[in-house]
Amino acid sequence: MSANVNTALPLEYQREQDRMNILGFWIFLGAEIILFATLFGVYGVLYQRYAGGPTHQDIIVIKDVMIQTVLLLTSSFTMGLAIFEMRRHNLKGLIAWFVVTLLLGGGFLFMEINEFIHYVHEGATMQTSAFLSSLFVLLGTHGAHVTLGIGWATMVIIQLLKRGLTPVTARKTFIIGLYWHFLDVVWIFIFTFVYLKGLVG
Amino acid sequence: MEKQMKGFPVSHVVGFIFSLILTFSAAGIALKTDLSFKVIMWIIGTLAVFQAGIQLFMFMHLREGEDGKTNVVNIAYGVFMAVVIVVGSIWVMSSGHMH
Repeated sequence: MSANVNTALPLEYQREQDRMNILGFWIFLGAEIILFATLFGVYGVLYQRYAGGPTHQDIIVIKDVMIQTVLLLTSSFTMGLAIFEMRRHNLKGLIAWFVVTLLLGGGFLFMEINEFIHYVHEGATMQTSAFLSSLFVLLGTHGAHVTLGIGWATMVIIQLLKRGLTPVTARKTFIIGLYWHFLDVVWIFIFTFVYLKGLVG
Repeated sequence: MEKQMKGFPVSHVVGFIFSLILTFSAAGIALKTDLSFKVIMWIIGTLAVFQAGIQLFMFMHLREGEDGKTNVVNIAYGVFMAVVIVVGSIWVMSSGHMH
């Protein structure tokens, strides 16, 4: 395993095994694109089937959506800074930005849970209409990914604290970084094609 | 990759600023203008694609490393399939029948 170590590369790319893991994660992200595409497809078909229930204009609070968007966008940026510090072999900087990223992610999740509670109080539940079923499934799948990501990242941080920067912890950090940026990519499309489209049309 | 070693993360900061500008432009165009639904959707859809590109190329370093080309082909195929699934579903469910 250690025969093929290229120390000229960043830590996470030095060993063949870690390069393969990173490639494998990119292929997983390709499958994640398809998962979200199916949910966007369902939503795109059903988004005007209100069944006499609340419409987009009735339930969406644009100010809260903007706050969620800025929180997630900033967390994607700070995750990028964490990887940047990792490449400079600055473990403290890496962990600091990593923790900031998770706090912003937690803030996003808090806002989203409040949003769901607000919807239910407005009489908009998953059972109300096809529009709301597809909306909750799309938003909920994204939110579940963020939740999973926070738990996963917490475990990676613990490993960084215990073992420091090694090719293995660097690879794990890089991969959760890819995952986190990907969640922001999905959110860009939710923001555009669910919230903005819903308020225009 | 060597560019990453500098003291200031220029590309990250630039990417972040562009993302914020694109987000608020999309919101402004959608909510504060009187353009038609179709025109607004084309504009904000294009802005969304640009912003996704910023994430992929400036934050995720899509083309980096020895598997960079494989990553690009893989993601391009994923995006193609996503478009087929979304546009195809909507088309077939809205125009594919008379009743």
